[in-house]
Amino acid sequence: MTTNRALGGVGGYLDDRFRGAQGFRTFFRKIFPDHWTFLLGEIALYSFIILLLTGTFLALFFKPSMTEIIYHGSYLKFDGQRMSEAYASTLNISFDVRGGLLMRQIHHWAADLFVAAIMAHMLRIFFTGAYRKPRELNWLIGIVLFTLSLLEGLFGYSLPDDLLSGAGLRITQGVLQSVPIVGTYLSFFLFGGEYPGTDIIPRMYILHVLLIPGLFMALIGAHLFIMFHQKHTQMPGKGRTEKNVVGAPMYPYFMAKTGAFFFFTFAALALASTLAQINPIWVYGPYNPIAISAGSQPDFYMGFLEGSLRIMPAWQWVVFGHTFAFNVFIPGLVPLGLVMTGAAFWPFIEQWITGDKREHHVNDRPRNAPTRTALGLAMVSFYGVLWLEGANDVLAQHFDVPLYTITWIARFAVFIVPIVTYIVTKRICLGLQRKDLHLLEHGVETGIIRQLPSGEFIEETRPASEEVRAKIARPEPLALAGAKAEGEGEADVPPPGMRGGLGRVKARLNKVVTESIPVNGHGTNGHGPNGPGGHDEDEHAHAAVGSGGQESGTDQPGA
Amino acid sequence: MTSITARRRHPAAGYAVVTLGLLLAGLSYAAITGSGAASASSHSLTQQAQIAQGKAIFNQECSSCHGLFGQGVTGSGPSLIGVGSAAVDFQVSTGRMPAKEPAAEMPRKPLELNTAQIRALAAYIESLGGGPAIPTSAQVSQTGASPGFGQQLFVADCAQCHNFVGAGGALTYGKYAPPLTKSTPTQIYEAMLTGPEAMPVFNNTTITPQEKRDVIAYIVQTRSEPNPGGFSLGRVGPVTEGLVAFIGLLLFMVFAALWITAKHGKAHE
Amino acid sequence: MSDSTPGRGPGDSGQHGDLPAGAETGSTNGEEAQASPHRVIGTPPPAQARSMLGAAAVNVPAERERELPADPPDLASAKRAERIVAALFMLSMLAGLGFLASYFIFGVHSVRNVLHSNLALGGTMALAFLCLGIGATIWVRRLMPDVELTEQRKPLRSTPQDRAAFAETFEEGADASQFVKRPLLRRTLIAATVPVAVAPIVLLRDLGPLPGKSLEHTVWRKGLRLLNYGVNTPIRPGDFSSPGGMITVVPDGYQDDFNALAKAAVIIIKMPPGVLQAPTVMNWTVDNIVAYSKICTHVGCPAALYEQTTHHILCPCHQSTFDAARGAKVIFGPATRALPQLPMTVDADGYLVAQSDFTEPVGPSYWERG
Repeated sequence: MTTNRALGGVGGYLDDRFRGAQGFRTFFRKIFPDHWTFLLGEIALYSFIILLLTGTFLALFFKPSMTEIIYHGSYLKFDGQRMSEAYASTLNISFDVRGGLLMRQIHHWAADLFVAAIMAHMLRIFFTGAYRKPRELNWLIGIVLFTLSLLEGLFGYSLPDDLLSGAGLRITQGVLQSVPIVGTYLSFFLFGGEYPGTDIIPRMYILHVLLIPGLFMALIGAHLFIMFHQKHTQMPGKGRTEKNVVGAPMYPYFMAKTGAFFFFTFAALALASTLAQINPIWVYGPYNPIAISAGSQPDFYMGFLEGSLRIMPAWQWVVFGHTFAFNVFIPGLVPLGLVMTGAAFWPFIEQWITGDKREHHVNDRPRNAPTRTALGLAMVSFYGVLWLEGANDVLAQHFDVPLYTITWIARFAVFIVPIVTYIVTKRICLGLQRKDLHLLEHGVETGIIRQLPSGEFIEETRPASEEVRAKIARPEPLALAGAKAEGEGEADVPPPGMRGGLGRVKARLNKVVTESIPVNGHGTNGHGPNGPGGHDEDEHAHAAVGSGGQESGTDQPGA
Repeated sequence: MTSITARRRHPAAGYAVVTLGLLLAGLSYAAITGSGAASASSHSLTQQAQIAQGKAIFNQECSSCHGLFGQGVTGSGPSLIGVGSAAVDFQVSTGRMPAKEPAAEMPRKPLELNTAQIRALAAYIESLGGGPAIPTSAQVSQTGASPGFGQQLFVADCAQCHNFVGAGGALTYGKYAPPLTKSTPTQIYEAMLTGPEAMPVFNNTTITPQEKRDVIAYIVQTRSEPNPGGFSLGRVGPVTEGLVAFIGLLLFMVFAALWITAKHGKAHE
Repeated sequence: MSDSTPGRGPGDSGQHGDLPAGAETGSTNGEEAQASPHRVIGTPPPAQARSMLGAAAVNVPAERERELPADPPDLASAKRAERIVAALFMLSMLAGLGFLASYFIFGVHSVRNVLHSNLALGGTMALAFLCLGIGATIWVRRLMPDVELTEQRKPLRSTPQDRAAFAETFEEGADASQFVKRPLLRRTLIAATVPVAVAPIVLLRDLGPLPGKSLEHTVWRKGLRLLNYGVNTPIRPGDFSSPGGMITVVPDGYQDDFNALAKAAVIIIKMPPGVLQAPTVMNWTVDNIVAYSKICTHVGCPAALYEQTTHHILCPCHQSTFDAARGAKVIFGPATRALPQLPMTVDADGYLVAQSDFTEPVGPSYWERG
């Protein structure tokens, strides 16, 4: 067989030197669970690879210099005009290098897709609870990757030194300058003096092509390695437990599927770069600090920062000859800080509230964690309102709404919409849980009508299939030890974590966070003995509460 | 008749009736409101005759808002004394005037008057108090104009309202700087010269006629320039690009993912 | 603490300290097979695996129990799929060749040429990858036999013996290193690394000069002419005479200096008579022409949208709005300070000149601004 000969030849050569047989075998037989949402991270990964490839091409032609030259290239409108070398070399790539415009466009679309995919992937991880133990560190790495991707994109689209991205740089400088105490120093150190200076583009360049990609490769490597080592999570279903992984092996199935997906990613980006123009810098013109265009926005992932700058009322505080420019550094720091810090701390906060220190390898269906899902969507809506506000002048022009009206609406919506979203989402989740419960208890309708002797007509049902039951059934949230339970009388001495003001806060939060319709497939009449959110005492291990000891849950349905 | 009534219960019967009704309503509306060009002879009139014709048109179309002598009516229309024929030509040849209804800003719309009528009207208004004149064709000609220099002027003084390429932009209180896609060179010249509505005035000693030609050359060349990267997405910038990235690219990838991971063959609940 | 290491199925070979690193131990029998090929991936120790294969090789090779089926169940449909996939791969190859050909056929050096080149290159590339992707997907879905396998998870937590062994090694090493036992060594080592660790930050000092007072001044000074930007000619009030006019001006001699322009760009506006009021400084105006800094006091974009009917200056970046008739004070938006007004007068030749620099810092607020 030819496979044996290939193995004998190259394989043997390498194995003689690296002892790879066992390792590779394990690697080849690794099981990957299959669900379409598990491919969202791969979109980001493959976009990153495409960014590296196209970026290398561009780096061979781009000149990261702000020295002014006279342009004499093929874009005749600018013939004889003074512009920076960076801008001129970008024009050169676009109009005088074959395939240059295509590579520029693929690079930029890939950057947009990269960030969009990270957002989608991050949301998937959040809504399925895949950040829980043992994956908290991977979640943190992911957040760092997300932040880096925003920075990388910002630096990347600012490199060509065109009017649109230059305006963005000016805004960045103005925000930096407004930081109390150190703002002017930060600005002067970053720009090498007064704005714009001649240092910023070479500096951004080296951050963009060397430092940040290096960090990316290290962090993505760690991210993937951790995922590999801990094995991927899986969606609830038949035969899927906390102790196994069900799916198809890496070789040949997963390799083939992921390879196909890489081709799809590349194809999508190539298609977009053929049909949809992106970042036409020749239309924007070279940067000039006295010029600006209506409808200037940063790339979409910066949109929410732009929106927060627009939404802010004019607050500042001047005291003893010093200015607190709240109107600038609050929008610059607070929304981003809230989202990122909140996201980073959330796994630990949730663990504290629920007291759940078990390992989790089976994902939650979002409806089964109503508070988490509602909170996540509230954050998304907060982000979305600011995002829309970032485009307020474009919206005003195209939908014929007065400009200030949009800003005023946004100023209120940014508080009201997340609250409403939270409430509505939570109710929807609970409703979906009731629907699941109904399905479990009453089964699937068969459409067969039967008349009872008493004259009543009923519709026959049959129990749901095993697969459906497996998908729906799930462990209930742990009862927090020390939270009052029936039949215990008064709690005597609460455990250490439940004492005092903080402990009471925790108990109350726990009740809210774990509110859900119990679905334990045990054929009760649909409610736990204590109503929604109650718990069956005979069944569950109690959660460890602040005692540091680790307990793993021992009850898993379907195990 | 019976052939119609026999089909009254046809599934498409309701739709047919509604379509017929809409058609009738639309046709009668079009007939009533009428459109543009009233017929008029195109042979040149003497200047006096032209002014007289212009006055007649003015009395009929414009005086209700601008006053019987063009002096303006507070809350309706500004005074037209001294605005010049250029302003009249701009407003009426873009269809903004005669205005149909009050609004934050008068939009461009189909013409109500033909060229000869517009000239007559312009001559009449010019006679009221002078003002900037309609540019000659030499003044708006593109020959020898420099679009590159025009770009520098445009980006310093025009792009903040009209956007890099003249795609338009929002102003306050419902006003807007309109897109320049349909403006003729003459109209662009006249707009710079007369500063219609909220637009500032760029007179000929601030932006000289030569410089105006350069700006016009930039606008005209840029809007007709092909988009080498594909569809321009409105040339509005990252807002539409971001929409395409999410709705186009990400959604495409999601569909691909759904296909790759779908269970094939068996039906699953 | 109880041994809470889940995942130990029956028949496992337990934990051995002398197994080679990387060896897996786990249950050898998992869940029972389902209707479609569904087998557990047992993870027997390497020794057993070798012996299984070895035994099979000696006896009858065909009796080795396969983990993966060799072929899909429906071979006819697989044949059809194979043809489809092959066709797609051929199409991809053609598209790839088309890409290479397009590179040489379609030149660039003009906007229209680039349009055609981009269409050709991008289109062929997209087609090539799309066909590869579709072909590969059909291959996986229709040609590879459907499997669903189960792999047992190993507990992530190391066994207590491993932990203990590690702790022993670590402690022995720590003892041998003397690190813990000799605080003098330890502390002086840490003390030695602190300056070296701080050094990279210190080395960044020369990234830029200190701001000093540079943000308080612009290049404007007494007698400096205002130039009409672009044409770079000085301006007479008599020329800039149409009420409602606005134009961008730059200081004479600095028209190409971006560092200067980033603070010194100015717009002049001709107001109709009687419109300018306090707090506009009338002494700084000439003939109802008023000059304001063009640099927005929010974050520094050029604030240049001027509406002559409302006298509002609107900055397009974040919609800060200033009233040009009243000293450019803020009437909406996030900016907190009015646009500074440039003191103007006329020189001996009748051209507009500055009387002095701005009397307050231009542009975005900062801590030391006061």
